[in-house]
Amino acid sequence: MALDSADDRGAAGVVVTAAPRDLSPEGRQPSAIGPWRLAGRRLRRNKVALFFLALFVVIVAMCLLAPVYSAHIAGIGPNTNNITGTVSVAGKQQDVVSLDGVPIGPTWGAHYLLGADTNGRDLAVRLLYGGRTSLLIGAIATVIIIVLGTLAGLLSGYFRGAADFILRPLMELIWSFPVVILGVALGTALAIGGIGPVKGNSVYIPAFIIGVVYIPYLGKPIRGEVMRVRNQDYIDAARVQGMGHWRIMFSEIMPNVSSTIIVFVPLILASSILLESYLSFLGAGVQAPNASWGTLISDGLDYLQTTPTFSLIPGAMLVLTVLSINVVGDGIRDALDPRAQVRVRT
Amino acid sequence: MMDGQLLAVEDLEVSFATEDGLVRAVSGVSFTVSRGEVVAIVGESGSGKSVTVMTLMGLTRSPNSRFAGSARLRGQDLVDAPEQALEAVRGKEIAMIFQDPISSLSPVQRVGAQIVEQIRAHEKVSKAAALDRAVELMSRVGIPNARERARAYPHEFSGGMRQRVMIAMALSLSPSVLIADEPTTALDVTIQAQILDEIRQLSAESDAGVIFVTHDLGVVADIADRVLVMYAGRLVEQGTVDEIFYDPQHPYTWGLLGSVTRVDRDPPRRLPAIPGQPPSLVGTLEGCPFRARCPHAFDRCRELPPLAPRLPEAPGHLDRCWLEPSVKRVRRQAGGRIGLTEGAAS
Amino acid sequence: MARFVTRRVASAILLLFAVSVVVFGIFEVIPSYNPARAIAGRNATTTTVQQVSEKFGFNKPVYVQYGNTMKLIFTGQIVDYSDNLNVVQQFGQRFPVTASLVIPAALIWMAGALLFGSLSALRAGRLMDRGLTVAAIVGVSIPVFLLAAVLLYAFAFRLPWFPNTGYVQLGDNPAEWAYHLILPWIAIAALSVGFYSRVLRASALDVINQDFVRTAKAKGLSERQVFVRHVLRNSLMPIVTLFGLDFAALLGGAALVTETVFNLPGIGQYEAQAIGNLDVPPIMVGAMFTAFFVVLFSALSDVVYALLDPRIRLTG
Repeated sequence: MALDSADDRGAAGVVVTAAPRDLSPEGRQPSAIGPWRLAGRRLRRNKVALFFLALFVVIVAMCLLAPVYSAHIAGIGPNTNNITGTVSVAGKQQDVVSLDGVPIGPTWGAHYLLGADTNGRDLAVRLLYGGRTSLLIGAIATVIIIVLGTLAGLLSGYFRGAADFILRPLMELIWSFPVVILGVALGTALAIGGIGPVKGNSVYIPAFIIGVVYIPYLGKPIRGEVMRVRNQDYIDAARVQGMGHWRIMFSEIMPNVSSTIIVFVPLILASSILLESYLSFLGAGVQAPNASWGTLISDGLDYLQTTPTFSLIPGAMLVLTVLSINVVGDGIRDALDPRAQVRVRT
Repeated sequence: MMDGQLLAVEDLEVSFATEDGLVRAVSGVSFTVSRGEVVAIVGESGSGKSVTVMTLMGLTRSPNSRFAGSARLRGQDLVDAPEQALEAVRGKEIAMIFQDPISSLSPVQRVGAQIVEQIRAHEKVSKAAALDRAVELMSRVGIPNARERARAYPHEFSGGMRQRVMIAMALSLSPSVLIADEPTTALDVTIQAQILDEIRQLSAESDAGVIFVTHDLGVVADIADRVLVMYAGRLVEQGTVDEIFYDPQHPYTWGLLGSVTRVDRDPPRRLPAIPGQPPSLVGTLEGCPFRARCPHAFDRCRELPPLAPRLPEAPGHLDRCWLEPSVKRVRRQAGGRIGLTEGAAS
Repeated sequence: MARFVTRRVASAILLLFAVSVVVFGIFEVIPSYNPARAIAGRNATTTTVQQVSEKFGFNKPVYVQYGNTMKLIFTGQIVDYSDNLNVVQQFGQRFPVTASLVIPAALIWMAGALLFGSLSALRAGRLMDRGLTVAAIVGVSIPVFLLAAVLLYAFAFRLPWFPNTGYVQLGDNPAEWAYHLILPWIAIAALSVGFYSRVLRASALDVINQDFVRTAKAKGLSERQVFVRHVLRNSLMPIVTLFGLDFAALLGGAALVTETVFNLPGIGQYEAQAIGNLDVPPIMVGAMFTAFFVVLFSALSDVVYALLDPRIRLTG
């Protein structure tokens, strides 16, 4: 029986039909895309995470613009007492702090948007400046932890030997102290004396303390990851090829632990901001006259029964910020996890 | 339903919703299994053979899976059945032996206890009585010192012994249908023969129907009564073991047979593999799924051939190929033996 | 087993020593640290301060001071600087309070974590899981002192359902004891429930995809049986580790914020006050006390691992 052979025969004797992509004999191929772009795509589809990322960005922007708000809108600084002043509310002049010491509530206007505290200070301005401090400390601490924690993990996990002998017990020791107690002890001690040229009431002190306290929380997992990667055959292959230690660390090992680091960044940032609030609450963190959300909450708790907003508003800001970071962090973890349990619509 | 027919699968379709689209893992598969017969399902990785048998056990159910068609076990449909109904049937009427016994047995439970768990899942017997039965089963499958060994953990057994444990467990309630999903793939070739004997003997004793999934034609020749050849989620050929080996009708089967190196001949210059890759299962594939790799494809192949008997003398021998049987007999000769391409056979 | 115990004891001693050195060292860093003046009181004369200094040995070199302090600690004679109370005795008195706070709270949060974590894993990706995830994330985003303050405000002040503060001995009146502790229990448990349920969820999802779980299902076991007997048992390890450490830290006084806000006279409150007053002895004893529990519970975790997974042998 003769065959119909109107089609071309390719070199391998395989029939190639001129057909639209969907009808091709190979079928529709899934797109070839690397794991990072895949993660990025998954993250972009996560509407909730994106929303909270936007919220976080808005909060950060607002706090960074605290000086602008203070100078141009509220017209008053964060530490400026104004017990005897007055403010115009709905056309009427009212005392910022009444004669029996009760400060004004929210005016929802440019001045004293959220009201005043017992010293006549503008709460909205303090809220933004406080946020600025809290976020700054959190950010600095996070940088310290990421850099030193990764370094410690890399060195002790890759080189083992002397580096591990020193770093591992050191990390274990710091890690055995309950975070709050170690933080408060260091905070109290350093708040008085400072370290070297850095004065005791500098904002960098709490940042430094939080950084040191949390290093093992990143360093230990990184060390574990590095040890696991180091045992892989392709590392041996690289050594045989003549690659130097440092080159191997940065070109072979780092990319493999980088997803661990990325997942940790939001976690560490959130934890740092929270720890700062704990320290400041207990008086071992940010010192007067600086303010942070922690100090604002602490100060406000004295008036919890009369004016709960003093502590609840900075509290809400703090929770909202940490929550946003945690949701985004969760989204990042899901995006990077190939086995994420996702319900797919077709 | 005919007497002696235990399982009737009709037009089974299994698809999974993924990020890239709907993956059609199994399309339009129909077959039967009768008392006492061994049905082998062969195909390469991704052909859908494992998904088919797992679906019979209800193990592919997930929020992303979609099913069509039916699989009736003694009249009861397994595909649509509610989960509780399936739980009553699994292990009791239809049981399964998995590929990798070290990962398929619980690492933290003694093997005797695992068999006991199987028994007590369906029968109200005391632990002691169940253990007695478990020990007896273990001896029957050839495990020496069964009572002592029942107290051991899976990691304390060799691969072959572990698989015997799985066999004992699967047969403990005398199921009507036994599914073996590549049970010897993870084992040494020498142990393989023993395990096959074990399976064959035990199923003959209990008159169960066996579905044996494998990619190894040698095993098929050894143990099967009937053979199902799967490719890209479809059944492409079906017949008795003699029909398949001596009178194969589908080019893919020729390829499979041709790729087996034979001990009684000189080794070929080049191993005759089937050129190309299986098609992607995403979306609907038009036409014969094998045509991209088939040297004998012609333009009729753009239309999917139905699975039908094409040899009047063999009504049970079905295939999906448009070629005339007389043409097939010529085309399948490749260098003095059955094969797909001329290749480099000697 | 004997090797395991000896190794653990040895590492315990080493850790206690290291911890005491660190604490001592932290306070040596402070230039304005003058315990003699603190003990002598605000209005003391220079001679009094000097006498105090000599009595306590503050004028001796650092390592001698350290040695003396350690000796005093281990003979149970160490006294704090602020109120001249025997530190070890204080710890003894205050420990039941902390234990009353921490142990029931831990039971509550672990029960909650097991329940919610399991539900989340079983219904992964679906509404219940998403809801529980949200709750968990909110839970770990709230600082304890804020939660405690809000609880007090809402349920002790606005709605006077619970007493404000204070502690009642278990022996005196069990009902009152519990009544006073309910809000603090909620404060502590709320914080940890979310975290632990997420850890369990992640661990369980890893296990659920393993082959032996598939086998268990193939045997015809119900979903619940498969989950409890096979998945859960193999998912508990990360939780055991984390719990051991958290619990140890809490017993050693890490709940100081909660104790302070609710005015519970426990170890945490004592340590918080001591830190504020730069009172070194209670802090040292507290740190060593915590370190002791850390080693103890870390060893217990290892024992639990060996029970859960027979492939693990206790080698130490």
